[in-house]
Amino acid sequence: MSTTAPPPDGLDHVDERLLRTSPLKKLLARPELGSVVGAIAVFVFFSLVADSFLRPSSLGTVLYAASVLGIMAVPVALLMIGGEFDLSAGVLVTSSALVSSMSSYQMTANVWVGVGVSLLVTLAIGAFNGFMLTRTKLPSFIITLGTFLMLTGLNLGLTKLIAGTVSTKSIADMEGFPSAHALFASTLTVGGVELKVTILWWLALVAVATWILLRTRFGNWIFAVGGGADAARAVGVPVHRTKIGLYMGVAFCAWISGQHLLLSFDVVQSGEGVGNELIYIIAAVIGGCLITGGYGSAIGSAVGALIFGMTSKGIVYAEWNPDWFKFFLGAMLLLATLLNAWIRKRVEATK
Amino acid sequence: MTTDTAPLVELDDVSKYYGNIRALEGVSLEVRAGEITCVLGDNGAGKSTLIKIVAGLHRHDAGTFRIEGEEVALANPRDALDRGIATVYQDLAVVPLMPVWRNFFLGSEPTKGKGPLRRLDVDLMRATTREALLRMGIDLRDVDQPIGTLSGGERQCVAIARAVHFGARVLVLDEPTAALGVKQSGVVLKYVAAARDQGLGVVLITHNPHHAYLVGDRFVLLKRGTMAASHTKGEVTLDELTRQMAGGSELDDLRHELERPAAS
Repeated sequence: MSTTAPPPDGLDHVDERLLRTSPLKKLLARPELGSVVGAIAVFVFFSLVADSFLRPSSLGTVLYAASVLGIMAVPVALLMIGGEFDLSAGVLVTSSALVSSMSSYQMTANVWVGVGVSLLVTLAIGAFNGFMLTRTKLPSFIITLGTFLMLTGLNLGLTKLIAGTVSTKSIADMEGFPSAHALFASTLTVGGVELKVTILWWLALVAVATWILLRTRFGNWIFAVGGGADAARAVGVPVHRTKIGLYMGVAFCAWISGQHLLLSFDVVQSGEGVGNELIYIIAAVIGGCLITGGYGSAIGSAVGALIFGMTSKGIVYAEWNPDWFKFFLGAMLLLATLLNAWIRKRVEATK
Repeated sequence: MTTDTAPLVELDDVSKYYGNIRALEGVSLEVRAGEITCVLGDNGAGKSTLIKIVAGLHRHDAGTFRIEGEEVALANPRDALDRGIATVYQDLAVVPLMPVWRNFFLGSEPTKGKGPLRRLDVDLMRATTREALLRMGIDLRDVDQPIGTLSGGERQCVAIARAVHFGARVLVLDEPTAALGVKQSGVVLKYVAAARDQGLGVVLITHNPHHAYLVGDRFVLLKRGTMAASHTKGEVTLDELTRQMAGGSELDDLRHELERPAAS
């Protein structure tokens, strides 16, 4: 070796040039910090203006609203970290529910058959999105806008063709309904608070997604394909497979959401789901995901969903006109994004 | 110079066409262990095309490409990596937002545990990154900082250290000094030499004959997609190299054109 390499003893001792970082500063460097501050602010705000907001029953309602959104916000956040969008995610939930309902109604009288068929079809649509994206190299905005429109049309058209109306027939009297209902749409009572099972799904998904992102090779690849796809490809990361995997993750969660949608109401309205894709993206962005990819967290998306749940229900508890909800959501999005940008700048400046 | 063993990488009369565009024609070069082969050329001379063939991003259309005497057609960058050819690109060597240690192991992450508990060996990754960089003489303050916060030269060095650590036998460097200042260029060239001294074969792509002459053993000059000249170090002087590189007679024409009209 010709270089004057210092002996590699610096592995254990802390570099003297590295000032001790306080735990606070470490916390500040987390992508979800802005959203946590926002969530606390929203919580305090509605606790003050709405008396019923702090009741245990309200907690269950708020968490339920957050979980329904949060289940989808998790994979959408991962996809965004991977540098892509999925505008078809909202209607894909409805498609998944419709496929499930109609295939069990038309083929057999067993709910579980529909649940299984729906999983396969939904994953196939996710794979289609990913495959089209990686094959054509068109922006994901265009590809998934196409799938969004096609699915919207298919949902309405096929439902009318098969069921004759815009909603499916009830599946409540079919075989397997109670067990499927228990898995996807039951209500648990914990300490007198009624909690929907979707909250468990949500928490589990956040935990699994966080594990994948931070502690697996696939997670490393997600950050890499979003932060620099060419650099990632150059060192041998399977960029295409990673992206297709992310779209199938969105599809998998759409399947969970779709089954919940179907099994909690027995029927599905074929026009539902339009517009939700943007709310998933909003939750991910509020949670600190960089819209250009390469940065963000699954926990952040959960906090974003929680802010959404608190705002949407808080307005009801405060007995305001719910028309104001969208205004609040928009203001929250702007504030959270500005806060995130400001924090990131400060953290990077101190490095 | 020993010529009895097969070179690590050898291109013989290699050509590449994009549709009706001749990007590269009849280029030959060889890279030997412990030597630096410099590829010189102006913008559009075909340097990028050449690098993409060696790195496995594009397949050559004609000629032969041998790795250690064996004729190959690389399918993708992974294939090239598996054969010991690591490429460090000028601007896309790393993912800026990711921490140094994640970048260092990107694409070759070590794991521990089995089944669903199979996970990144984070402690090993952090320690190894630090150690490997120290061995190259790079002393980083914090391997957790996003690599985008490092200077351009440091980033190149991390990418070179990564290639060396993962057992590359041929290092392909795409204009490692192009965007750097004089001092930083010197630092990078020092690491290039360090890699050579560890027994690697190096392909150094550059348009700076001064940098090339400092470290190079062989020089290949590209011009408009063809090979204009090929020298070994003993055969050519820096002035001659610079002159050929700058276009030789074209430079004389340019000087003539730019000359102030004689005061009359």
